[in-house]
Amino acid sequence: MKKTPPERLIDENGRRIDGRLPDEMRPLRIEAGVLKNADGSAYVELGNNKVIAAAYGPREVVPRHEALPDRAVFRCRYTMLPFSVDERKSPQPSRREVELSKVIREALAPAIFLQEYPRTAIEVYINIIQADGGTRTASIIAGAVALADAGISMRDLVAAIAVGKIGDILVLDINGIEDQFGDGDMPIAMMPSRGEITLLQADGVYTPQQIEEAIKLAQKAIQKIYAEQVRALKSKYEAIKESE
Amino acid sequence: MSEERIYLPSIKRDVILASLAKGERLDGRKFDQYREIRLEKGIVGKAEGSARVYIGSTQVIAGVKLSIGNPFPDTPNEGVQIVNAELSPLASPLFEWGPPGEEDIELARVIDRGFRSARTVDLSKLVIIPGTKVWILYIDIYPLDHDGNIIDAAGLAALLALLDTKVPKTTVDNGKITVLEEKEPLPVTNHVTYVTVAKIDEYLILDPTLEEELAADAKITFGVTEKGEICAIQKSGEGSFKPEEVLKARDLAINASKQLFEAVKKTVGLADTPQQAQQA
Amino acid sequence: MPIYVKDRQIVVPGEAIGEQGKIKIEGHVFRIGKKYYSKVLGVVTINEDAKVLRVIPLKGKYFPVEGHTVIGKIIDVGFTSWDVDINSPYTAVLPVSEVTSKPVTISRTDLSKILDVGDMILAKIVSFDLNKDPVLTIKESKLGKIPRGVLVEIPPQKIPRIIGKKGSMISMIKEMLGVELIVGQNGRIVIVGEDPYKVELAVLTIRKIESEAHTTGLTDRIKKFIEERLRT
Repeated sequence: MKKTPPERLIDENGRRIDGRLPDEMRPLRIEAGVLKNADGSAYVELGNNKVIAAAYGPREVVPRHEALPDRAVFRCRYTMLPFSVDERKSPQPSRREVELSKVIREALAPAIFLQEYPRTAIEVYINIIQADGGTRTASIIAGAVALADAGISMRDLVAAIAVGKIGDILVLDINGIEDQFGDGDMPIAMMPSRGEITLLQADGVYTPQQIEEAIKLAQKAIQKIYAEQVRALKSKYEAIKESE
Repeated sequence: MSEERIYLPSIKRDVILASLAKGERLDGRKFDQYREIRLEKGIVGKAEGSARVYIGSTQVIAGVKLSIGNPFPDTPNEGVQIVNAELSPLASPLFEWGPPGEEDIELARVIDRGFRSARTVDLSKLVIIPGTKVWILYIDIYPLDHDGNIIDAAGLAALLALLDTKVPKTTVDNGKITVLEEKEPLPVTNHVTYVTVAKIDEYLILDPTLEEELAADAKITFGVTEKGEICAIQKSGEGSFKPEEVLKARDLAINASKQLFEAVKKTVGLADTPQQAQQA
Repeated sequence: MPIYVKDRQIVVPGEAIGEQGKIKIEGHVFRIGKKYYSKVLGVVTINEDAKVLRVIPLKGKYFPVEGHTVIGKIIDVGFTSWDVDINSPYTAVLPVSEVTSKPVTISRTDLSKILDVGDMILAKIVSFDLNKDPVLTIKESKLGKIPRGVLVEIPPQKIPRIIGKKGSMISMIKEMLGVELIVGQNGRIVIVGEDPYKVELAVLTIRKIESEAHTTGLTDRIKKFIEERLRT
């Protein structure tokens, strides 16, 4: 099934194909503690993306010889389910999934107090149930909530959003069509309270100034995402308090 | 092949930090100084294009092979670019034998990303029969010796190999393709070089040695065009950067790229005999 | 010396707690400069009299502590020791010397006659450091094999609520339901009772305490909860 490129991605009023303005995010929904077996879990919807994350640990390292004497081993696996995209994706791990598993792990690791859990493993598994541009940012949003939900010691949560480019206009939170037919994709993850960037990638061509603008655009959105992550984590417990 | 996670003894990291605090590195370099760069192209006769790059002791070889194949369904009138990299155990005791690991795949995808974003190779000129047959361009990158900063060396080797590549001319008669003896240079226009900045505590350094890489909290690689634009970014490692540090790294990268472009230009200006090496 | 949070407030990792001053800040927190931040998804407890603020995680694995009493499950029988699951990322070891003062001939069959795979024990942690697995003992009185009962697992952070102030909660449950409760600090509770209905009610009671552990007035609510169900 070949997609025909849309005539244009931004109209004369500055509206994108889904009606958003350049600095608008898609709707975000987060629910924490959705799986019974996992130590921590989260379900995230970012626009049409549907992502579920499970955190296990700290638990024994398998295989044992991979254990580290002074910190936890942290593993992350990003998997797209075959029916999550237009053209069925083969269940075999693709090179893209391998790279994304690495960058997502490196986006979440700085937030975890790994030294507190020597000789253990902490694992985050992320399944993309439906994909529409921005799955790695939705994965990080879900992964951070799952880790916190598991009671794991962290410096901060991690929130993420992608900034794209349509012509020379920077646009926030690109969807699938904008990713495929646009002119750039820059996913950014940050520890919101610490103000530290833990993931930064880009494709497309940017002036040095545009890099700075993209980071600023992302920072605003990241604070909003953080507020939603906090709400999702606290809401389960606060509802019980209210019924006292 | 994947990179084993090796942890630098903390005493070594302290030594490196003490040196950085005094404004210099263990090998006496300044923070934004590269080691000696040596470039050679055309070293593998059987490849359509090839190059070898040394940055200090780090050594990377890249080769380009062409074959005729089908275009991607999304881009029927473009050639296909495939970048592959392997961190073979030959290059370092840190690399394990086995199928491509995450480091190999990341390296290949980052190099591919920069070239693709900047359209380094004009893929539209690699069409043989529009819509059906195109040239498949394989860029294979093999580090031979790992002493840090493989990405920058790999980027230079790949670019140089592309500049060394000759594409055979073809004639098409009733759907039958004939590959001629006559060759023409691969259309390579927008050069891209990669500059990696390593962060150790609050210090940002260019061209890290292996020890500096192991001591680093994180690294960030920028793909830079000759116009000074950014066409790829990849942060790696389990540390983090403040936004100001990212912007500072961006500037360091754009500055350093000039030196790398110069080195490439000098090398390409020479006749390509296998034994000829150009000192940067 | 500002404190930004209230008693019983839920906090997330990275959330600012305040600066230490008249009130000491303890528990799962970390400090940057003068400011303390929560390390976990947890609840703030402020003890005005003792002038201590604590951040306690709402959930988490059990981390072995020397001197703790734990309920373990035998998972492997060795030649001179047993491997014991104590609901922790660290598997514990029970050496044969910590089981009986009587000399034992070393042979695997003999060891499994004393304790076999699947047996539950009430044990004490003799030693634990981050370089080695925790070591258990069952030599003291009141420790040893737990012959029967129903096992319930809850996050170890909630065990203090099961026990209650000066044991008020656990005594109340024992009295009202006529069951015996064996409590391990590793989040495990074994309920022993003759009446299966009462045992099941005890399980439900523990689950209710688990889900409301961070609230106030819990003892009264639990009392009402048990009373209502005993009436039916």
